[in-house]
Amino acid sequence: MILVIAEQKDGKLNRASWEVLAAASQLAAKAGPVKVAVFGQNVAAAAAELAAAAVDEVLVVDDAALASYTPDRFVNAIAALIGQVTPDYVLLPHTYQTRDFVPTLAARLDRALVTDVVAIKADGAAARFARPMFQGKLVADVELQGPAPHLVSMQIGAYRADAVEKGSAPAKVTAVSAAAGDSRQATEAPFQEAKAAVDLSQAERIVAVGRGIKQQENVQLAEKLAAAFGAELAASRPICDNGWLPMERQIGSSGQTVAPKLYVAIGISGAIQHLVGMKGSRTIVAINKDAEAPIFEIADYGIAGDLFEIAPALIAELQK
Amino acid sequence: MKIAVCIKQVPTREWQPRLNDDKTWIREQDVSYEMNEPDAYALEEALRLREKHGGEVVVCSAGPVRVQQVIREALARGADRALHVEDEALGAADAFTAATALAPAMAEEKFDLILTGLQSDDQGHAQFGGVLAEKLGVPHSTIIMEVIVDGAALKVKRELEGGWFQHLSMPLPALLTIQSGINQLRYATLKGIMAAKKKEIRKVAAPAAAAPRQKVVALYLPQKSKQTVMIGGSAADAAKELVQRLREEARAL
Repeated sequence: MILVIAEQKDGKLNRASWEVLAAASQLAAKAGPVKVAVFGQNVAAAAAELAAAAVDEVLVVDDAALASYTPDRFVNAIAALIGQVTPDYVLLPHTYQTRDFVPTLAARLDRALVTDVVAIKADGAAARFARPMFQGKLVADVELQGPAPHLVSMQIGAYRADAVEKGSAPAKVTAVSAAAGDSRQATEAPFQEAKAAVDLSQAERIVAVGRGIKQQENVQLAEKLAAAFGAELAASRPICDNGWLPMERQIGSSGQTVAPKLYVAIGISGAIQHLVGMKGSRTIVAINKDAEAPIFEIADYGIAGDLFEIAPALIAELQK
Repeated sequence: MKIAVCIKQVPTREWQPRLNDDKTWIREQDVSYEMNEPDAYALEEALRLREKHGGEVVVCSAGPVRVQQVIREALARGADRALHVEDEALGAADAFTAATALAPAMAEEKFDLILTGLQSDDQGHAQFGGVLAEKLGVPHSTIIMEVIVDGAALKVKRELEGGWFQHLSMPLPALLTIQSGINQLRYATLKGIMAAKKKEIRKVAAPAAAAPRQKVVALYLPQKSKQTVMIGGSAADAAKELVQRLREEARAL
C-alpha cells in the first residue's frame, strides 16, 4: 500500500499534493492501492477534494494541535499514522515543509528516505527513484535499502497535477486519530518582508543573471541587456545572497516563480532550485561558458561562450 | 556557548563530472574539493554567535583523510577546534550514514547549538540535519535566515517558499540548518591560517558502519527535455542569429 501525505495550508491543498498522487500511480502496479492522508484542523473540504481522485481511501487527521505546522507535531502524528496503516511506501511533495520534518521522521522510524525525486521507475524487480545530484550535473537512479516503509519526496513539477485519474465515485473518507504530542518548537504566523515592488510573475520578458557575472560591477551589463530586451532584470539566489540585487528579484524555489514569454539566463548554471522557478517559461535562452551546464537541458536556444563578449554583442544587435 | 558546525567537503563548482567504470559513482581521482557552501554560511553564523556570546566553535566532519582540507580551512577562518570522524568508507556516504557516524562523538560533547548547511552541493539530500537532530534528541528547524540566542532560548527566522518567512522559538540545545545568504562570509587571513596549524583536530574512528539506506545503481548525465538549438560562431554572429531566431522562429521579441 502507498500512503501519500497531502499538504494543506488554512484548509487549501497545495497543488504539489496532486503531483504526488500522479507519481503514486507509477508505483501502484508494484505496491498496490493508494491512500492519501491530510493533517491539520478544519480540513474536511480538502479531504473531500482529495476524495475525487482514484484513491482507495482518504485518511483525515483533524486535530487542533495540527492547526499550524511544527516539525515535532508533524513527525509525531505522521509516525503514528504510519504505525497504524503500515504502508510499503510513503510519498510526499518536496516542499519546504516536508524538507523540514521528513528527515527526522525517517530517523524516528529508522527507515530509508529518498528526497527530491524526479522520476519513479517501477518496471524492474526493485523500484528505482531518479534524483538530481551534484547541482544537477548528474542524475542518480537509487534503490532504497532496508525494511518498509520507504519514504520518497517528489520534486515540485516532476509529475503533472492534471494527470491524476479521477475515481468513478468519491473515495471513502475516514477520520483517524494520530497523536501530535508536544512541540518543542513554538511558531509565529508567517509574514512577508516589505511587499515586493516588482512582480516578476507579470513580466513578459526576463533577463536573469547568475554567478557567471563574477563581480558586482558587472551586474550593470545584465541591466543593459535587460533594457535592450525590454525585460525585467532578475537573478539566481547567489547574486541576491551577495546583495548585488535585492532578494525580491530572485527566481527559484525560495524566490519568485515565473513563466514569461522569454527568459534569458546569463551565467546561470541551472541548479534545480533555480529551474523550478522558471522552467515553465515559453522560450528559454541560456548563455553560459560551460557547455555541460544543466541550464542547457531546458533551453530552447543556447550559446556556450563568454557572456562578457556575447552580452555586449546582443545589446548592439538589439539596438540595431 | 558551545557551538558545533557540521561541514562537508564537496567537489568544486568548476568540477566537470566523470563517471567510474561501472557508472555508479564519480571518478574520485579527478575531483578537487572545497567546503560545501551552505556549511560555510553555517560556520560564519557560528563565529558571529561566539563573538557575541563567547564560548567555542567546534567544526565536525565525517569522511576520509581528504576532508582535513576543509577542516583546516574552517579552523583558519576562526573555529577553535575540530572533530573528525574518519573512515575511507564515508567518502560517498549518504546523509543518514554520515549523521549516524557523527552522532555518538557529538553526543559526548554536549553542544548547546548545532549548525549545518541546509543541504550539500554534491548529493543534495537535505537530510543530514534532521537525522542528526533526532539522533541527538534535540529540537530542530531548517532553512534558517536569522539566529538570536537569549539565555537558554533560541529564536530563529525560517525561510518559507515564495518570499515568506516565519519566526519560531525553541529551547537549547537545538539544531538548525542554515540557508545560504544569511550573512556575509569572511575568508581566512594569513594569521588565521598560521593559527590553524596549532589547533586540535580530534580524530575519532567511525562507529560500526550503519547499513546505507540508498544504493546508487546508475549515475548518468541528465536527459535533455528540449531540443536545444546551440548557436555557435563569433559573439557578433551568435548574437545576430539568436535575435533573428527569437524574432522569426520563437516570436518572443
